[in-house]
Amino acid sequence: MEDIRFTLDHCVKCNICTSMCPVSRVTPLFPGPKYAGPQAQRLRYGPSTDRSVDFCSGCGICSQVCPHGVKIAEINAKARHTMYQECGIPLRNQIIARPDVLGRLASPAAPVINLAMRLPGVRRAMEAILHIHHAAPMPSFSFETFPAWFRNRRQQIPSLRNPSSNHGTTSGATTPDETVVYYHGCATHFYEPRIGKAAIKVLERNGYQVIVPEQGCCGLPLMSNGNFEAARQVVRFNVARLLPYARQGLPIVATSSSCSLMLKREVREILDMQDDDTALVSAHLYDICEFLLIRLAMGQLDIAFQPIPLRVPYHAPCQLRGHGFGKPALELLQLIPELETIEMSAACCGTAGTYGYKQEKYSIAMAVGEELFSAIHSTNPHLSACDSETCRWQIVHGTGLPSVHPIELLAAAYQ
Amino acid sequence: MQQFETEILVIGGGSTGCGVARDAAMRGFHTLLIDKGDLSYGTTGRYHGLLHSGGRYVIKDSQSARECIAENRILRRISPDAIEDTSGFFVVTPADDPAYSDKFYRGCLDCGIPVAEITLREMLQREPRLNPAISRAFEVPDGAIDSFKAVSALVRSARQHGAEVWLYYRLVNLHLSQGSLQGATVENLRSGEKIYISCDFVINAAGAWCGQVAAMAKCPVTIAMGKGTMIAMNHRLVNTVINRCKLPDDGDILVPIRTVSVIGTTDYRVPDPDHYPIERWEIELLMKEGEHLVPGFKQSRALRAWAGVRPLYQTEPTLTDTRDITRSYVLLDHETRDGVRNFLTITSGKFTTYRLMAQVTVDKMCQKLKIERPCTTHLEALPDSEDHHYYHVSHRLGEFEAAAQDDALICECEFVTATKLETAIHRLRTTNLDDLRRSLRLAMGPCQGGFCIFRAAARTHESLGFDVSRTNQALVQFLEERWKGVHPILWGDQLKQARLDDWIYQNVFNVSALPQDEGSPSSAERANQSLAEWMPVEIS
Repeated sequence: MEDIRFTLDHCVKCNICTSMCPVSRVTPLFPGPKYAGPQAQRLRYGPSTDRSVDFCSGCGICSQVCPHGVKIAEINAKARHTMYQECGIPLRNQIIARPDVLGRLASPAAPVINLAMRLPGVRRAMEAILHIHHAAPMPSFSFETFPAWFRNRRQQIPSLRNPSSNHGTTSGATTPDETVVYYHGCATHFYEPRIGKAAIKVLERNGYQVIVPEQGCCGLPLMSNGNFEAARQVVRFNVARLLPYARQGLPIVATSSSCSLMLKREVREILDMQDDDTALVSAHLYDICEFLLIRLAMGQLDIAFQPIPLRVPYHAPCQLRGHGFGKPALELLQLIPELETIEMSAACCGTAGTYGYKQEKYSIAMAVGEELFSAIHSTNPHLSACDSETCRWQIVHGTGLPSVHPIELLAAAYQ
Repeated sequence: MQQFETEILVIGGGSTGCGVARDAAMRGFHTLLIDKGDLSYGTTGRYHGLLHSGGRYVIKDSQSARECIAENRILRRISPDAIEDTSGFFVVTPADDPAYSDKFYRGCLDCGIPVAEITLREMLQREPRLNPAISRAFEVPDGAIDSFKAVSALVRSARQHGAEVWLYYRLVNLHLSQGSLQGATVENLRSGEKIYISCDFVINAAGAWCGQVAAMAKCPVTIAMGKGTMIAMNHRLVNTVINRCKLPDDGDILVPIRTVSVIGTTDYRVPDPDHYPIERWEIELLMKEGEHLVPGFKQSRALRAWAGVRPLYQTEPTLTDTRDITRSYVLLDHETRDGVRNFLTITSGKFTTYRLMAQVTVDKMCQKLKIERPCTTHLEALPDSEDHHYYHVSHRLGEFEAAAQDDALICECEFVTATKLETAIHRLRTTNLDDLRRSLRLAMGPCQGGFCIFRAAARTHESLGFDVSRTNQALVQFLEERWKGVHPILWGDQLKQARLDDWIYQNVFNVSALPQDEGSPSSAERANQSLAEWMPVEIS
């Protein structure tokens, strides 16, 4: 595959990307995707001279709306990488890009750390020292991690023990065809094990044996914070862990639409990892709702959902839309009786992963998300749904309301 | 008739003429340069932008090669602001005779051109898009030089040394009396006014038109015109000048210049320096040859095609292939040759050797005038080059970013800001958008004026207060000229762009019905005519 930057040739300067960019709409600091992407790229060679590209949030809407196939957000990501290679990656970016390391360090002391993070001076100090905005929606660490829960559960329920597997598995499946591998990512691992629990419940209910292999961060935060080398390392780690399953032809499902986009496409387009092993893992990877929708089409999904009499505003994250498979959660949630899912038309919640954590970008992220927050409020001032973790945390922060993954609603409807 | 007096009259505002004007002015001569068009309107503004190392001529024309490397070193000193230090590779592709490369290497050494064979690994590391089947690569000190920028700096320098430069002044006649030129009649093409210029010496640097100029002094000069067609590709496919390691031939060089890369050239004899349409075979051949250097070349976006004519002085009328005529310069002393005492013609040569050509010309003039004034053009840096920094492609992006983007971008493709445009409009006092283009690179990017030229036209109208019909006319003229260059490469991405541009101008602005002076065919009629000649070329 050719370098994604060469797609700049397809730009006819129609401005559709610029008119759809949620960031340049709210701040003059980002001159817009057409400028930063195909336009500036013709003048880039050697040392980086444009710093404004750092204000691209990387949401990827520009690439999705481009009618000519210019990979604008990807061009910007590479330009940011060049910029960081030159001026160095700030300590702040190094820290927030490693949710797995943070989780490993903090989870054992989660109650204390979560409490400390709520102390008034702590976040202010973090802002002063690390330039992480004091109000940014940092998630709470979970004392019990998802893999720990998964292991314990297997030990407690004898019927789930499966001595033939190295890692965690659950049974309930009758044939190996009905085995899936679950890629939970850092958010489920350390912050929101409830999502993993819901995923396991839904998959098992449908007769799958679930394998949860050892895994690391998908590498997206490292990549979007400009550290391509470290990102490639974690991708290689994950590919090595997932490859044996991909070789057996087992589907790998992920509950984070950002992690799955990273492993499916961005590793290839942005990190230029074009080896066969990575491609094989990518080819076997599914977003969980995409996977369940395919099962539904094949008549293999248990649709005996109990009614949930709720009206739920649903936001399809930019990264999920980047998959190009539509909005499978919307179709699945329609199967739940009495559940009314309202699709939000606002483009982006603003946070774009770790963008909204940054001192200089927090207010931009909040301004971008404003349309979504008020739409959620006017739809249902109790609950919203969204597939991507950082988006959910931003929505919770912006609306003051809880937000769930669609898989949690499906799991709830299987009561 | 108005009179004007000068010591030296230079005819031709290309690199040679401007070089001569600067040289003469620096030696203290009162100098006037005239051109019937804009600076670099002719061949100078229509070449690919190669700063020769001389490598291309080591086998066939070693004299040229030696001149090139000497001037290359001088221009890097005096004109770095117009130069990108791209370096250059000579590569042996599977289509090239491998035996040539050893001869080439020895030839470079013989001519004093620094040359080093580099590993293919290094070549691909530096230029990843090059053909991996290339078998050898040599590095030489080629560069890229922006001829518009270089000539503009020459003129500013000449003016600083007291020269006058009159653009859009046509030479009407040279006045010959008793074996010497007394003066010239010129016409101001903007006002129609005629002026008599009396002068002591006339230097003909009219390039492709120098035969016509010499004829006015009854001196027969035969110029063979070798048309060279080039295609600018949308972005820099390479950042190093890439030459095929073989005898110079069609489509054997790819030059990264400013935001584009230019594949060139063909060499085809034409009779008329004012009319030389681009032929379809030339486009097909250039795209095909490009594929030998960069796999996937044919699928890359071409921006536009254009042609220039090399003025080649023909000493042997029997030569029919213009490639066989020397690329070295020719200085004609019309006293010994034709009995005209104070008239020199300087022609042929290359952009890279313009300074040397100017030097030998003014030396000769001094000798004939029996005045001893040494040349200093190689010692003094040109305006904007005093800091000895090379130009870099990212310059405008960095400049715009440093200004915190608080300026409006008029031409988004080439990063021409409103401030830059206004400054140029007031300096040139012109509604001619093509002059602004040459001065600023306005409308030279992917959309070829689609999104900027209506903005620029509006700015000229507002700033200079010319009437609406004149502005409209300037707009339409510009569009026609731009579209001419796009028609030969109408396929793929550029075809889509042309359709969008067409919708903008025809459907939104209804440009073919704008109020203009009567008598000229509408732009739509003319555009359709040329479209009919240019069905899209089949690129497989």
